[in-house]
Amino acid sequence: MTDSSATTGTSRVKRGMADMLKGGVIMDVVNVEQAKIAEDAGAVAVMALERVPADIRAEGGVSRMSDPDMIDAIMAEVSIPVMAKARIGHFAEAQILQSLGVDYIDESEVLTPADYANHIDKWQFTIPFVCGATNLGEALRRINEGAAMIRSKGEAGTGDVSNAVTHMRTIRAELRRLSSMAPDELYVAAKEMQAPYDLVAEVAKAGQLPVVLFTAGGIATPADAAMMMQLGADGVFVGSGIFKSGDPARRANAIVQATVHFDNPDVVAKVSRGLGEAMVGINVADIPVHHRLEERGW
Amino acid sequence: MTSTPRVGVLSLQGDVREHLVALEASGARTSMVRTREDLAEVDALVIPGGESTTMSKLALLFDLMLPLREAVAAGMPMYGSCAGLIMLANRIEDGRPDQETIGGIDITVRRNAFGRQVDSFEIPITIEAIGPQPFDGVFIRAPWVEQVGPGVQVLARIEQGPRAGTIVAVQHEGLLATSFHPEITGDHRVHQFFVESVRQRA
Repeated sequence: MTDSSATTGTSRVKRGMADMLKGGVIMDVVNVEQAKIAEDAGAVAVMALERVPADIRAEGGVSRMSDPDMIDAIMAEVSIPVMAKARIGHFAEAQILQSLGVDYIDESEVLTPADYANHIDKWQFTIPFVCGATNLGEALRRINEGAAMIRSKGEAGTGDVSNAVTHMRTIRAELRRLSSMAPDELYVAAKEMQAPYDLVAEVAKAGQLPVVLFTAGGIATPADAAMMMQLGADGVFVGSGIFKSGDPARRANAIVQATVHFDNPDVVAKVSRGLGEAMVGINVADIPVHHRLEERGW
Repeated sequence: MTSTPRVGVLSLQGDVREHLVALEASGARTSMVRTREDLAEVDALVIPGGESTTMSKLALLFDLMLPLREAVAAGMPMYGSCAGLIMLANRIEDGRPDQETIGGIDITVRRNAFGRQVDSFEIPITIEAIGPQPFDGVFIRAPWVEQVGPGVQVLARIEQGPRAGTIVAVQHEGLLATSFHPEITGDHRVHQFFVESVRQRA
Protein backbone atom coordinates (compact mmCIF):
# COMPACT_ATOMS: atom_id res chain seq x y z
CA MET A 1 0.00 0.00 0.00
CA THR A 2 1.53 3.33 -1.03
CA ASP A 3 -0.79 5.37 1.14
CA SER A 4 1.17 7.78 3.33
CA SER A 5 -1.58 7.90 5.93
CA ALA A 6 -1.52 4.12 6.43
CA THR A 7 1.38 2.64 8.38
CA THR A 8 2.53 -0.93 7.75
CA GLY A 9 4.87 -3.10 9.80
CA THR A 10 4.02 -1.59 13.20
CA SER A 11 4.52 -3.63 16.36
CA ARG A 12 0.76 -3.68 16.75
CA VAL A 13 0.08 -5.29 13.38
CA LYS A 14 3.01 -7.69 13.84
CA ARG A 15 2.12 -8.80 17.36
CA GLY A 16 -1.59 -8.56 16.55
CA MET A 17 -1.17 -11.04 13.70
CA ALA A 18 0.08 -13.59 16.24
CA ASP A 19 -2.86 -12.77 18.54
CA MET A 20 -5.20 -13.85 15.74
CA LEU A 21 -3.53 -17.27 15.61
CA LYS A 22 -4.16 -17.99 19.30
CA GLY A 23 -5.95 -21.21 20.20
CA GLY A 24 -4.92 -22.60 16.84
CA VAL A 25 -2.55 -25.12 15.32
CA ILE A 26 0.21 -24.24 12.83
CA MET A 27 1.32 -27.22 10.76
CA ASP A 28 4.56 -27.98 8.90
CA VAL A 29 3.89 -28.87 5.26
CA VAL A 30 6.34 -29.78 2.50
CA ASN A 31 4.07 -29.59 -0.56
CA VAL A 32 0.74 -28.33 -1.88
CA GLU A 33 -1.12 -31.57 -1.06
CA GLN A 34 -0.09 -31.42 2.57
CA ALA A 35 -0.98 -27.72 2.74
CA LYS A 36 -4.49 -28.53 1.54
CA ILE A 37 -4.85 -31.32 4.10
CA ALA A 38 -3.73 -28.94 6.83
CA GLU A 39 -6.16 -26.22 5.78
CA ASP A 40 -9.02 -28.72 5.50
CA ALA A 41 -8.20 -29.99 8.98
CA GLY A 42 -8.61 -26.49 10.44
CA ALA A 43 -5.01 -25.29 10.74
CA VAL A 44 -4.77 -21.52 11.41
CA ALA A 45 -1.58 -21.32 9.34
CA VAL A 46 0.94 -23.55 7.61
CA MET A 47 4.73 -23.54 7.77
CA ALA A 48 6.12 -24.17 4.28
CA LEU A 49 9.43 -26.03 4.31
CA GLU A 50 11.25 -28.57 2.15
CA ARG A 51 11.82 -31.20 4.79
CA VAL A 52 10.12 -31.69 8.12
CA PRO A 53 12.50 -31.72 11.09
CA ALA A 54 12.39 -35.53 11.39
CA ASP A 55 13.81 -35.82 7.86
CA ILE A 56 16.32 -33.03 8.41
CA ARG A 57 17.52 -34.99 11.41
CA ALA A 58 17.65 -38.28 9.49
CA GLU A 59 19.31 -36.92 6.36
CA GLY A 60 21.77 -34.54 7.99
CA GLY A 61 23.71 -31.96 5.97
CA VAL A 62 23.10 -28.22 5.87
CA SER A 63 19.46 -27.24 6.01
CA ARG A 64 18.41 -23.93 4.42
CA MET A 65 15.46 -21.77 3.46
CA SER A 66 13.03 -23.53 1.08
CA ASP A 67 12.83 -23.02 -2.68
CA PRO A 68 10.76 -19.90 -3.45
CA ASP A 69 8.82 -21.89 -6.09
CA MET A 70 7.64 -24.31 -3.46
CA ILE A 71 6.65 -21.50 -1.07
CA ASP A 72 4.82 -19.65 -3.89
CA ALA A 73 2.89 -22.79 -4.82
CA ILE A 74 1.69 -23.22 -1.25
CA MET A 75 0.73 -19.53 -0.95
CA ALA A 76 -1.29 -19.90 -4.15
CA GLU A 77 -3.06 -23.00 -2.89
CA VAL A 78 -4.25 -22.08 0.59
CA SER A 79 -6.05 -18.99 1.87
CA ILE A 80 -4.78 -19.25 5.45
CA PRO A 81 -1.51 -17.53 6.46
CA VAL A 82 1.73 -19.08 5.23
CA MET A 83 4.91 -19.00 7.31
CA ALA A 84 8.41 -19.98 6.21
CA LYS A 85 11.74 -20.55 7.92
CA ALA A 86 14.98 -18.64 7.62
CA ARG A 87 18.27 -19.74 9.18
CA ILE A 88 19.28 -18.07 12.45
CA GLY A 89 21.07 -14.83 11.54
CA HIS A 90 20.48 -15.21 7.79
CA PHE A 91 18.94 -11.83 7.06
CA ALA A 92 19.22 -12.30 3.27
CA GLU A 93 17.01 -15.39 3.43
CA ALA A 94 14.57 -13.33 5.49
CA GLN A 95 14.67 -10.56 2.87
CA ILE A 96 13.78 -13.12 0.20
CA LEU A 97 10.89 -14.46 2.26
CA GLN A 98 9.59 -10.94 2.78
CA SER A 99 9.76 -10.25 -0.95
CA LEU A 100 7.78 -13.47 -1.59
CA GLY A 101 5.08 -12.10 0.69
CA VAL A 102 4.96 -14.85 3.31
CA ASP A 103 2.90 -13.86 6.35
CA TYR A 104 5.39 -14.76 9.08
CA ILE A 105 9.08 -15.71 9.18
CA ASP A 106 10.35 -18.33 11.61
CA GLU A 107 14.00 -17.65 12.43
CA SER A 108 14.48 -21.27 13.24
CA GLU A 109 16.98 -23.52 14.98
CA VAL A 110 15.59 -26.37 12.87
CA LEU A 111 17.67 -25.03 9.97
CA THR A 112 21.46 -24.84 10.17
CA PRO A 113 22.45 -21.52 11.78
CA ALA A 114 24.08 -18.95 9.49
CA ASP A 115 25.52 -16.78 12.26
CA TYR A 116 26.80 -18.16 15.54
CA ALA A 117 26.82 -14.77 17.27
CA ASN A 118 23.95 -12.66 15.97
CA HIS A 119 20.31 -13.22 15.26
CA ILE A 120 18.49 -11.26 12.54
CA ASP A 121 17.70 -7.61 13.34
CA LYS A 122 13.97 -8.17 12.98
CA TRP A 123 13.03 -4.50 13.42
CA GLN A 124 14.28 -3.95 9.86
CA PHE A 125 11.41 -5.98 8.41
CA THR A 126 7.74 -5.31 7.67
CA ILE A 127 6.99 -9.03 8.04
CA PRO A 128 6.76 -10.29 11.62
CA PHE A 129 9.06 -12.96 13.03
CA VAL A 130 8.56 -15.87 15.39
CA CYS A 131 11.58 -17.20 17.26
CA GLY A 132 12.23 -20.17 19.52
CA ALA A 133 13.17 -19.92 23.19
CA THR A 134 14.10 -22.36 25.93
CA ASN A 135 13.82 -19.87 28.79
CA LEU A 136 12.62 -16.36 29.57
CA GLY A 137 15.97 -14.63 28.99
CA GLU A 138 16.21 -16.10 25.51
CA ALA A 139 12.60 -15.08 24.78
CA LEU A 140 13.31 -11.50 25.89
CA ARG A 141 16.49 -11.29 23.82
CA ARG A 142 14.50 -12.32 20.75
CA ILE A 143 11.74 -9.81 21.55
CA ASN A 144 14.40 -7.14 21.98
CA GLU A 145 15.62 -7.96 18.46
CA GLY A 146 12.07 -7.51 17.17
CA ALA A 147 10.42 -10.94 17.39
CA ALA A 148 6.63 -10.52 17.46
CA MET A 149 5.88 -14.06 18.60
CA ILE A 150 7.75 -16.65 20.66
CA ARG A 151 7.51 -20.42 20.61
CA SER A 152 9.06 -22.84 23.03
CA LYS A 153 11.76 -24.74 21.15
CA GLY A 154 11.15 -28.21 22.43
CA GLU A 155 13.17 -30.70 20.40
CA ALA A 156 11.92 -30.66 16.83
CA GLY A 157 11.60 -33.85 14.80
CA THR A 158 11.50 -36.23 17.76
CA GLY A 159 7.84 -36.70 18.65
CA ASP A 160 9.12 -36.48 22.23
CA VAL A 161 7.21 -33.74 24.04
CA SER A 162 9.46 -33.61 27.10
CA ASN A 163 11.61 -30.65 26.04
CA ALA A 164 8.58 -28.62 24.98
CA VAL A 165 7.25 -29.21 28.50
CA THR A 166 10.55 -28.23 30.12
CA HIS A 167 10.79 -25.02 28.10
CA MET A 168 7.18 -23.98 28.66
CA ARG A 169 7.41 -24.69 32.40
CA THR A 170 10.70 -22.83 32.62
CA ILE A 171 9.36 -19.73 30.87
CA ARG A 172 6.18 -19.74 32.98
CA ALA A 173 8.11 -20.25 36.22
CA GLU A 174 10.52 -17.44 35.39
CA LEU A 175 7.60 -15.14 34.60
CA ARG A 176 6.06 -15.89 37.99
CA ARG A 177 9.37 -15.37 39.73
CA LEU A 178 9.95 -12.07 37.95
CA SER A 179 6.54 -10.67 38.82
CA SER A 180 7.11 -11.43 42.52
CA MET A 181 10.40 -9.52 42.66
CA ALA A 182 10.98 -6.18 44.34
CA PRO A 183 11.75 -3.38 41.86
CA ASP A 184 15.35 -3.08 43.02
CA GLU A 185 15.92 -6.78 42.32
CA LEU A 186 15.07 -6.45 38.64
CA TYR A 187 18.46 -4.99 37.73
CA VAL A 188 20.24 -8.18 38.72
CA ALA A 189 17.46 -10.27 37.19
CA ALA A 190 18.05 -8.47 33.88
CA LYS A 191 21.78 -9.08 34.16
CA GLU A 192 21.30 -12.77 34.92
CA MET A 193 18.82 -13.25 32.09
CA GLN A 194 21.06 -11.28 29.71
CA ALA A 195 18.01 -9.27 28.71
CA PRO A 196 17.51 -5.50 28.60
CA TYR A 197 16.33 -3.97 31.86
CA ASP A 198 13.40 -2.02 30.38
CA LEU A 199 11.89 -5.15 28.86
CA VAL A 200 12.47 -7.12 32.07
CA ALA A 201 10.74 -4.38 34.10
CA GLU A 202 7.82 -4.28 31.64
CA VAL A 203 7.36 -8.05 31.81
CA ALA A 204 7.69 -8.08 35.62
CA LYS A 205 4.89 -5.53 35.86
CA ALA A 206 2.60 -7.24 33.33
CA GLY A 207 3.31 -10.77 34.59
CA GLN A 208 3.32 -12.00 31.01
CA LEU A 209 5.27 -11.70 27.78
CA PRO A 210 4.35 -8.74 25.55
CA VAL A 211 3.91 -11.22 22.67
CA VAL A 212 2.09 -14.47 22.06
CA LEU A 213 3.76 -17.67 23.32
CA PHE A 214 3.17 -20.86 21.33
CA THR A 215 4.58 -24.30 21.96
CA ALA A 216 6.64 -26.34 19.50
CA GLY A 217 9.06 -29.21 19.21
CA GLY A 218 7.82 -32.76 19.76
CA ILE A 219 4.04 -32.43 19.81
CA ALA A 220 2.63 -35.59 18.19
CA THR A 221 -0.76 -36.37 19.75
CA PRO A 222 -3.98 -34.60 20.79
CA ALA A 223 -3.00 -35.27 24.40
CA ASP A 224 0.37 -33.54 23.84
CA ALA A 225 -1.44 -30.48 22.51
CA ALA A 226 -3.93 -30.47 25.40
CA MET A 227 -1.13 -30.71 27.96
CA MET A 228 0.86 -27.88 26.41
CA MET A 229 -2.22 -25.66 26.31
CA GLN A 230 -2.91 -26.40 29.98
CA LEU A 231 0.69 -25.49 30.75
CA GLY A 232 -0.01 -22.04 29.34
CA ALA A 233 0.73 -22.16 25.61
CA ASP A 234 -1.36 -19.79 23.47
CA GLY A 235 -1.34 -22.26 20.58
CA VAL A 236 0.57 -25.12 19.01
CA PHE A 237 3.10 -25.73 16.23
CA VAL A 238 3.11 -29.30 14.95
CA GLY A 239 6.01 -30.25 12.71
CA SER A 240 6.77 -33.85 11.90
CA GLY A 241 3.98 -35.17 14.17
CA ILE A 242 1.25 -34.97 11.54
CA PHE A 243 2.71 -35.94 8.20
CA LYS A 244 5.00 -38.61 9.70
CA SER A 245 1.95 -40.39 11.12
CA GLY A 246 -0.35 -43.05 9.66
CA ASP A 247 -3.41 -40.89 8.97
CA PRO A 248 -2.32 -37.24 8.70
CA ALA A 249 -5.73 -35.72 7.87
CA ARG A 250 -7.39 -37.33 10.84
CA ARG A 251 -4.56 -36.65 13.25
CA ALA A 252 -4.34 -33.03 12.12
CA ASN A 253 -8.03 -32.50 12.77
CA ALA A 254 -7.83 -34.30 16.12
CA ILE A 255 -4.97 -32.05 17.28
CA VAL A 256 -6.97 -28.97 16.20
CA GLN A 257 -9.98 -30.10 18.25
CA ALA A 258 -7.86 -31.01 21.27
CA THR A 259 -6.24 -27.56 21.16
CA VAL A 260 -9.64 -25.83 21.33
CA HIS A 261 -11.05 -28.09 24.06
CA PHE A 262 -7.73 -28.59 25.85
CA ASP A 263 -9.41 -28.44 29.25
CA ASN A 264 -12.17 -30.90 28.37
CA PRO A 265 -10.81 -34.47 28.67
CA ASP A 266 -14.02 -35.93 27.19
CA VAL A 267 -13.37 -34.17 23.89
CA VAL A 268 -9.64 -34.98 23.92
CA ALA A 269 -10.46 -38.64 24.62
CA LYS A 270 -12.98 -38.74 21.80
CA VAL A 271 -10.62 -37.30 19.20
CA SER A 272 -7.75 -39.52 20.36
CA ARG A 273 -9.52 -42.68 19.20
CA GLY A 274 -8.54 -44.56 16.05
CA LEU A 275 -5.84 -42.18 14.82
CA GLY A 276 -3.59 -44.96 13.55
CA GLU A 277 0.16 -44.92 13.95
CA ALA A 278 1.76 -41.91 15.62
CA MET A 279 5.17 -40.88 14.34
CA VAL A 280 7.74 -43.38 15.60
CA GLY A 281 9.78 -40.81 17.46
CA ILE A 282 13.18 -40.55 19.06
CA ASN A 283 13.80 -40.10 22.77
CA VAL A 284 15.51 -36.76 23.32
CA ALA A 285 17.73 -38.47 25.90
CA ASP A 286 19.16 -40.67 23.14
CA ILE A 287 20.32 -37.68 21.07
CA PRO A 288 23.82 -36.44 21.93
CA VAL A 289 23.63 -32.91 23.33
CA HIS A 290 25.60 -31.40 20.45
CA HIS A 291 23.06 -32.82 17.98
CA ARG A 292 20.09 -31.25 19.73
CA LEU A 293 18.44 -28.42 17.85
CA GLU A 294 17.39 -26.66 21.07
CA GLU A 295 21.07 -25.83 21.66
CA ARG A 296 21.05 -23.55 18.62
CA GLY A 297 20.32 -19.88 19.30
CA TRP A 298 22.11 -17.53 21.70
CA MET B 1 -32.04 -7.55 32.28
CA THR B 2 -29.76 -6.07 34.90
CA SER B 3 -27.64 -3.09 33.97
CA THR B 4 -24.63 -5.41 33.75
CA PRO B 5 -25.23 -7.56 30.69
CA ARG B 6 -23.54 -10.91 30.31
CA VAL B 7 -21.52 -10.87 27.09
CA GLY B 8 -19.91 -14.06 25.84
CA VAL B 9 -16.89 -14.34 23.52
CA LEU B 10 -16.95 -17.17 20.99
CA SER B 11 -13.86 -19.08 22.08
CA LEU B 12 -13.13 -21.49 19.27
CA GLN B 13 -9.98 -19.68 18.15
CA GLY B 14 -8.56 -16.16 17.98
CA ASP B 15 -7.91 -13.17 20.23
CA VAL B 16 -10.49 -14.10 22.85
CA ARG B 17 -8.59 -12.71 25.83
CA GLU B 18 -8.31 -9.20 24.37
CA HIS B 19 -12.08 -9.05 23.81
CA LEU B 20 -12.76 -10.31 27.35
CA VAL B 21 -10.57 -7.54 28.77
CA ALA B 22 -12.20 -4.85 26.58
CA LEU B 23 -15.70 -6.01 27.51
CA GLU B 24 -14.95 -6.12 31.25
CA ALA B 25 -13.53 -2.62 31.00
CA SER B 26 -16.76 -1.58 29.27
CA GLY B 27 -18.95 -2.72 32.15
CA ALA B 28 -20.02 -6.18 30.99
CA ARG B 29 -19.79 -9.51 32.75
CA THR B 30 -18.06 -11.94 30.44
CA SER B 31 -17.75 -15.64 29.74
CA MET B 32 -16.20 -17.87 27.11
CA VAL B 33 -18.60 -19.60 24.73
CA ARG B 34 -17.52 -22.98 23.36
CA THR B 35 -20.75 -24.98 23.54
CA ARG B 36 -24.48 -24.61 22.95
CA GLU B 37 -24.94 -24.54 26.74
CA ASP B 38 -22.45 -21.68 27.12
CA LEU B 39 -24.33 -19.75 24.43
CA ALA B 40 -27.64 -20.16 26.26
CA GLU B 41 -26.24 -18.28 29.26
CA VAL B 42 -25.26 -15.02 27.58
CA ASP B 43 -27.23 -11.91 26.59
CA ALA B 44 -24.91 -11.03 23.73
CA LEU B 45 -21.91 -12.45 21.89
CA VAL B 46 -18.60 -11.22 20.50
CA ILE B 47 -16.96 -13.10 17.64
CA PRO B 48 -13.24 -12.39 17.90
CA GLY B 49 -10.51 -11.87 15.38
CA GLY B 50 -8.83 -15.05 14.18
CA GLU B 51 -8.77 -17.29 11.16
CA SER B 52 -12.31 -17.29 9.75
CA THR B 53 -11.96 -20.62 7.89
CA THR B 54 -10.83 -22.36 11.08
CA MET B 55 -13.55 -20.71 13.14
CA SER B 56 -16.24 -21.71 10.64
CA LYS B 57 -15.01 -25.32 10.53
CA LEU B 58 -14.91 -25.57 14.31
CA ALA B 59 -18.39 -24.08 14.67
CA LEU B 60 -19.72 -26.80 12.36
CA LEU B 61 -17.66 -29.54 13.99
CA PHE B 62 -18.84 -28.68 17.50
CA ASP B 63 -22.50 -28.25 16.41
CA LEU B 64 -22.50 -24.54 17.18
CA MET B 65 -23.38 -23.12 13.76
CA LEU B 66 -27.09 -23.83 14.03
CA PRO B 67 -27.45 -22.50 17.61
CA LEU B 68 -25.53 -19.38 16.56
CA ARG B 69 -27.90 -18.80 13.64
CA GLU B 70 -30.87 -19.36 15.92
CA ALA B 71 -29.45 -16.83 18.37
CA VAL B 72 -29.10 -14.24 15.57
CA ALA B 73 -32.66 -14.98 14.43
CA ALA B 74 -33.89 -14.56 18.01
CA GLY B 75 -32.30 -11.12 18.12
CA MET B 76 -29.20 -11.74 20.23
CA PRO B 77 -26.84 -8.76 19.81
CA MET B 78 -23.48 -9.73 18.35
CA TYR B 79 -20.28 -7.91 17.55
CA GLY B 80 -17.61 -9.32 15.23
CA SER B 81 -14.11 -7.98 14.53
CA CYS B 82 -12.21 -9.04 11.39
CA ALA B 83 -12.91 -12.80 11.22
CA GLY B 84 -16.03 -11.96 13.24
CA LEU B 85 -17.13 -9.57 10.47
CA ILE B 86 -16.82 -12.45 8.00
CA MET B 87 -18.78 -14.77 10.30
CA LEU B 88 -21.65 -12.27 10.54
CA ALA B 89 -21.80 -11.53 6.81
CA ASN B 90 -24.44 -13.13 4.61
CA ARG B 91 -22.01 -13.49 1.69
CA ILE B 92 -18.21 -13.96 1.30
CA GLU B 93 -15.96 -13.31 -1.68
CA ASP B 94 -12.61 -15.12 -1.79
CA GLY B 95 -13.57 -17.43 1.03
CA ARG B 96 -13.11 -21.15 0.88
CA PRO B 97 -15.79 -22.73 -1.37
CA ASP B 98 -17.18 -24.66 1.59
CA GLN B 99 -16.85 -21.81 4.08
CA GLU B 100 -20.09 -21.22 5.98
CA THR B 101 -20.95 -18.16 8.00
CA ILE B 102 -23.44 -17.49 10.75
CA GLY B 103 -24.81 -14.62 8.70
CA GLY B 104 -27.27 -12.00 9.84
CA ILE B 105 -25.89 -8.82 8.27
CA ASP B 106 -26.94 -8.31 4.66
CA ILE B 107 -23.46 -7.56 3.31
CA THR B 108 -20.88 -9.09 1.01
CA VAL B 109 -17.38 -9.17 2.49
CA ARG B 110 -14.12 -9.83 0.71
CA ARG B 111 -11.70 -11.95 2.70
CA ASN B 112 -8.04 -10.79 3.04
CA ALA B 113 -9.13 -7.89 0.82
CA PHE B 114 -6.34 -5.52 1.88
CA GLY B 115 -3.69 -8.15 1.10
CA ARG B 116 -1.32 -10.41 2.98
CA GLN B 117 0.43 -9.66 6.28
CA VAL B 118 3.04 -7.42 4.61
CA ASP B 119 0.13 -5.10 3.73
CA SER B 120 -1.41 -5.09 7.23
CA PHE B 121 -1.63 -1.49 8.43
CA GLU B 122 -2.85 1.08 10.91
CA ILE B 123 -4.87 4.15 9.98
CA PRO B 124 -7.04 6.59 11.95
CA ILE B 125 -10.77 5.98 11.45
CA THR B 126 -13.64 8.27 12.39
CA ILE B 127 -16.66 6.46 13.79
CA GLU B 128 -19.27 9.13 14.46
CA ALA B 129 -21.35 6.75 16.55
CA ILE B 130 -18.61 6.58 19.20
CA GLY B 131 -17.53 10.21 19.10
CA PRO B 132 -15.46 12.68 17.11
CA GLN B 133 -12.05 11.54 18.34
CA PRO B 134 -10.44 9.33 15.63
CA PHE B 135 -10.03 5.64 16.42
CA ASP B 136 -6.80 3.69 15.77
CA GLY B 137 -7.88 1.29 13.04
CA VAL B 138 -5.63 -1.78 13.15
CA PHE B 139 -6.13 -3.90 10.02
CA ILE B 140 -4.52 -7.36 9.96
CA ARG B 141 -5.01 -9.38 6.77
CA ALA B 142 -8.35 -7.68 7.02
CA PRO B 143 -11.57 -8.14 5.07
CA TRP B 144 -13.61 -5.25 3.74
CA VAL B 145 -17.30 -4.79 3.08
CA GLU B 146 -17.94 -4.85 -0.64
CA GLN B 147 -21.73 -4.53 -0.82
CA VAL B 148 -24.31 -3.38 1.66
CA GLY B 149 -27.96 -4.41 1.55
CA PRO B 150 -30.88 -2.19 2.47
CA GLY B 151 -31.22 -1.45 6.16
CA VAL B 152 -27.51 -1.90 6.88
CA GLN B 153 -25.95 1.18 8.42
CA VAL B 154 -22.39 2.09 7.43
CA LEU B 155 -20.52 3.28 10.56
CA ALA B 156 -17.07 3.90 9.13
CA ARG B 157 -15.05 4.03 5.94
CA ILE B 158 -11.36 4.39 5.15
CA GLU B 159 -11.00 8.16 4.79
CA GLN B 160 -7.71 8.71 2.99
CA GLY B 161 -5.39 7.15 0.47
CA PRO B 162 -6.04 4.75 -2.39
CA ARG B 163 -8.65 2.81 -0.41
CA ALA B 164 -10.66 5.88 0.57
CA GLY B 165 -14.36 5.13 0.74
CA THR B 166 -13.95 1.44 1.59
CA ILE B 167 -16.53 0.34 4.14
CA VAL B 168 -14.92 -1.03 7.32
CA ALA B 169 -17.66 -0.89 9.99
CA VAL B 170 -21.37 -1.72 9.73
CA GLN B 171 -24.38 -2.17 11.94
CA HIS B 172 -27.70 -3.88 11.34
CA GLU B 173 -30.14 -3.83 14.24
CA GLY B 174 -28.30 -5.58 17.09
CA LEU B 175 -25.42 -6.76 14.92
CA LEU B 176 -22.17 -4.78 14.74
CA ALA B 177 -19.05 -5.63 12.75
CA THR B 178 -15.65 -4.05 12.02
CA SER B 179 -12.82 -4.97 9.63
CA PHE B 180 -10.33 -3.75 12.22
CA HIS B 181 -9.39 -4.83 15.74
CA PRO B 182 -10.40 -2.38 18.50
CA GLU B 183 -9.65 -5.09 21.08
CA ILE B 184 -5.88 -4.79 20.63
CA THR B 185 -5.73 -0.99 20.89
CA GLY B 186 -6.63 -0.40 24.55
CA ASP B 187 -9.29 2.08 23.32
CA HIS B 188 -12.57 0.57 24.50
CA ARG B 189 -15.03 2.94 22.81
CA VAL B 190 -16.28 0.38 20.28
CA HIS B 191 -16.85 -2.20 23.02
CA GLN B 192 -18.56 0.44 25.20
CA PHE B 193 -20.80 1.29 22.26
CA PHE B 194 -21.67 -2.38 21.83
CA VAL B 195 -22.29 -3.02 25.55
CA GLU B 196 -24.46 0.11 25.71
CA SER B 197 -26.49 -1.12 22.72
CA VAL B 198 -26.94 -4.48 24.47
CA ARG B 199 -28.26 -2.67 27.54
CA GLN B 200 -30.69 -0.63 25.47
CA ARG B 201 -32.04 -3.64 23.60
CA ALA B 202 -32.79 -5.47 26.84
